[in-house]
Amino acid sequence: MKISEIAQLLNAKIICGDDMLDEEVHSACGSDMMSDVLAYVKDQAVLLTGLMNTQVVRTAEMMDMRCIVFVRGKMPGEDIIKLAGMCGLALLSTEERMYTACGKLYLAGLRGDVV
Amino acid sequence: MPDNEQKNRQDASLHLTYNVNGDNFTSAGEASVDVKKALRQLGFSPAFIRRVAIAMYEGEINMVIHAEGGTAEVYVYSDHVEIVLADHGPGIADVELAMQEGYSTAPDNIRALGFGAGMGLPNMKRYTDEMKIDTEIGVGTTITMVVNTDSDKK
Repeated sequence: MKISEIAQLLNAKIICGDDMLDEEVHSACGSDMMSDVLAYVKDQAVLLTGLMNTQVVRTAEMMDMRCIVFVRGKMPGEDIIKLAGMCGLALLSTEERMYTACGKLYLAGLRGDVV
Repeated sequence: MPDNEQKNRQDASLHLTYNVNGDNFTSAGEASVDVKKALRQLGFSPAFIRRVAIAMYEGEINMVIHAEGGTAEVYVYSDHVEIVLADHGPGIADVELAMQEGYSTAPDNIRALGFGAGMGLPNMKRYTDEMKIDTEIGVGTTITMVVNTDSDKK
């Protein structure tokens, strides 16, 4: 699934990473606990989260992710946007809640990791 | 540290040293990012680099949460990376308990930031091939981790 499709499905604002919209992602993970993301997610590409701080970007960077979707309409501050730019991460913001945002992407074919 | 380990460390092709600032949660992880870049330039595989970076990142976060920072030493060899994280924090009272997933002594303000779920040390063990914890109450903790390039861990 392309990042542009994720933005479309979630009616999300593209905060940064306009040049990455054609990039393909293969799986997704939704969590507010960064250590859970670091523990369980393999071959991931998109992180959906309600958490908002710079460590979200760092966690995504450690996992070689391509895109972060902030749920519930949260908008990141300049520090987060700047860090994401340096890491080459696209940032999206959707009004959807976590459960619904994950469900919409899953239904559209973007799956999580098989346990 | 035994003498032979010290001697071996002289053979490292790259030695990186970092001060991990304990006052600033925002900057936690900067050393791991730098190591990641260095390993990428040396041509290691993305999966190997990810394991090193995650283990070190969790260690950095731990030092910031529990020990007001510390130092990180990274020794790069052709077939493995050794990470030594040393702090002068409170020490770990019960290492076995601390290694259990879900056990944490982190305060609520850290949990609100997405950490402190009791996964830090287990994650460090999960991604490394060797992990040694030397700790003394009131003195500090030194964690030594080795990640091998030919490991079957993922």
